[in-house]
Amino acid sequence: MSRWVGDRSLIACLRLAAATTGSVVLLIFVFLVFESWSALEALGLRFVTDSSWHPASDPSEGTFNLTPMLVGTLAATAGSMLLATPLALASAVFCNFYAAPRPAQLYRRMIELLAGIPSVVYGFWGLVVLVPLIRQIEPPGASLLAGILVLTIMILPTIALTADSAFGAVPESYLQASAALGLSRTTTLAAVVVPAARSGLFTGVMLGTGRALGETMAVLMVCGNVVQTPASLFDPIRTLTANIALEMAYALGDHRSALFVTGLALMCIVAALVLLTEAAAERWTVEGP
Amino acid sequence: MLLQESSSSAPRKRPAPTGAAFGLRLGLLICLLSMLPSAGCQSPSEDPAGGTVEETVKLVVTGSSTVAPLVSDLAKAFEKKHDNARVDVQTGGSSRGMSDARRGLADIGMVSRSPKEGEDDLRWHPIANDGLAIIVHADNPVGALSSEQVEKIYRGDIESWHSVGGNDAPITVVNKAEGRSTLEIFLGHFGFESADVEADVVIGDNQQGIKTVSGNPDAIAYVSIGTAEFETSEGTPIKLLTLDSVVPSTAAVRDGTYPISRTLHLVTADEPEGWVAAFVDYCRSTEAHPLVEGQYFVPLGG
Amino acid sequence: MSPARRAGNVYARGLGRGKGDGFLSTAVWLAVALVVGAFGWLLFDVVRHGMGGLSLSFLLDGVESSGRAGGIGPILVSTLLILGVCLLASVPFGLATAVLLAEFTDAEGSFGRPVRRSLDVLAGVPSIVFGLFGNALFCIYLGMGFSILSGGLTLACMVLPIFIREAEEGFRAVPDEHRLSAAALGFTRSRTLFSILLPAALPGIFVGLVLGVGRALAETAALIFTSGYVDRMPESLLDSGRSLSIHIYDLSMNVAGGESNAYTTALVLVGMLLAINGTASWLSDRWVRKRWMTH
Repeated sequence: MSRWVGDRSLIACLRLAAATTGSVVLLIFVFLVFESWSALEALGLRFVTDSSWHPASDPSEGTFNLTPMLVGTLAATAGSMLLATPLALASAVFCNFYAAPRPAQLYRRMIELLAGIPSVVYGFWGLVVLVPLIRQIEPPGASLLAGILVLTIMILPTIALTADSAFGAVPESYLQASAALGLSRTTTLAAVVVPAARSGLFTGVMLGTGRALGETMAVLMVCGNVVQTPASLFDPIRTLTANIALEMAYALGDHRSALFVTGLALMCIVAALVLLTEAAAERWTVEGP
Repeated sequence: MLLQESSSSAPRKRPAPTGAAFGLRLGLLICLLSMLPSAGCQSPSEDPAGGTVEETVKLVVTGSSTVAPLVSDLAKAFEKKHDNARVDVQTGGSSRGMSDARRGLADIGMVSRSPKEGEDDLRWHPIANDGLAIIVHADNPVGALSSEQVEKIYRGDIESWHSVGGNDAPITVVNKAEGRSTLEIFLGHFGFESADVEADVVIGDNQQGIKTVSGNPDAIAYVSIGTAEFETSEGTPIKLLTLDSVVPSTAAVRDGTYPISRTLHLVTADEPEGWVAAFVDYCRSTEAHPLVEGQYFVPLGG
Repeated sequence: MSPARRAGNVYARGLGRGKGDGFLSTAVWLAVALVVGAFGWLLFDVVRHGMGGLSLSFLLDGVESSGRAGGIGPILVSTLLILGVCLLASVPFGLATAVLLAEFTDAEGSFGRPVRRSLDVLAGVPSIVFGLFGNALFCIYLGMGFSILSGGLTLACMVLPIFIREAEEGFRAVPDEHRLSAAALGFTRSRTLFSILLPAALPGIFVGLVLGVGRALAETAALIFTSGYVDRMPESLLDSGRSLSIHIYDLSMNVAGGESNAYTTALVLVGMLLAINGTASWLSDRWVRKRWMTH
């Protein structure tokens, strides 16, 4: 009897703890909604219809258009994905199908090291090395391009490592069959390996997108933080995350609340990405490659 | 196969939780979390000690990033004088300083301007005078600008240093982010709106302006004269531009000839008592004047 | 995994070459050269500029003149305290959740599935959002103010999913014979857990711990609004304390002439993180069957 009670209470404790950890995300969501409520109520559609972003704590005095920053965020994310995805895929292909075992292992280690470097160091490096370089081409230097480059180096390891394990998991028999058919390396990769690994590749790309969207400090340091819709790669931009970091400490009233709206929007985008990825992974696993 | 099956079925006989049970857990979690502060946190600074109490007293000061370096220095000196006093200084802009003081999040707020209408619910304690200087990189050949030129540069009507007698290089306009009173004072003096500014770089704290200009030979920014003079004395490659033929300096602020000046304040929600009063009085005392001058601000009545 | 992959490698290297393979090879080698180049540039830069200032006194001394002079002693202490709070809060909850998910519940059941999904979402939440949340809940709502405690608890929420994922892998890597033998001996489930499963899963738990520490150390955005900027030696957990990453940010953005110390601090931080991640991957190669590397 006592043994049974012991087990029961152990499991009850575990479930309580698991429910707690599981509800952290709920708690964050509730808090964001709670804090952003007053701005959502007072401003509503003004987040897209106002003329510009010049916030004030009193909603009647300021203007609250978030779209330039949304565009900035999306441009930086899209740009870095466009650069990082091919590089990361090439890295994974290199490790699995080109390099001899030892260089492949060395390269893999290097990517793992790269994954461990904190974003603030990437930002700092971008600030002292990349920004002055870009300034020589086209002032002011702090720009969308600087942001894209820093984000690219930052998310490359995430995508490369996921793609690497996805390629590693492609069954040996597929490669043998392909070789037996006399297919070239390019054809094997394009027609056999990539389709077989698509779920893992997709996961990697989505994880990278999530990181790029959510990155704050690195982009804050190199992007110039001017609220405007960029007309070229050399224009400075402000991302949604940088906006929070830059103004949060100074914001009061509905201005503060508007920043929580930004946070809420970011969280919803990322949650959607994660759930989409899982749904896709599930479907592809069930169907098989 | 057999192993897997037995392991997966054996430990999993618990009934599924109902929605109500989940809600209960969430409630429990919130209770748990709200117990945390009572366990870990004794209210830090409420003790209205007269100075004889042994335990450490912590004052929280938040607000303007212009005033913060000065108050940090004053705080260190104050801590040296009073062994059991700790003064925490956090920057966050003038409006944050006022709001934190009102809501009791901070004992004292720092504000880098004078009170506006409707702000007399707070007690204002002036501690020093300061001016706003227009700064450029030390290598920039331009040494003086008129108010009109500065306005045109910030509005985007002048885009090259060439137009104001400098190199043929595009001007990088550095502006401050919203909510900073330095921005308000700058705009107030030149009489235009924040929406009119065509900025190339937007910065947060005061120091960031100096940092940006010192790293970019074509940048222009406006910062506190105190901060700028302190930085030039540290060897930072920036220079203060003569504005409308007045050389920006603490001396010019003192005799009132420099056009953009302001008074730095501490604010409290109520008439200060105990340690708060002790610190505010210390900041306003003649004893603090060397420290005020050390940060290149102008002591009051000095 | 690595022997199998090696075999695949050898095999793939023997694949026939056809039209267009030259283009692909060139592209792959070019990309790899680019990545190696960028990484080498960055690391070389940090080491070259950071090495000069590195000394024992830099690690121990207090911060002077906003970080232009002096060392990072108080910042190291604050960083370690924040990490400590983070681990104390996240390990018990994380471990319990991992045990439950791996041993006592159906992974895709009506309890396991929502918990897992919410942890996956939590893993993707941007760190600045954690900062907002921590500021609202811990600093203001719970009245802890800008403090090491607020910062540590915020980081704990952030680190949870990473720790749980690794610890769960650790439990799943324990062979089923262990559970069967324990059941045959008539052990209760609690006893099986504490005397058999927990020790056997320690490697995975440890890898999770190490990766969690790595994530927490690297964090900046979640800390600026929770643990604050104060660079004095902390005296209690309710004091505000500046972490290494915030120090780098502050030196590079706000302090003119702060670059050289920013480089040295970055070198210290990168060194710590590389050591930590190196330990993690060494451990996982050694002990854990398979690791889901998505950090």
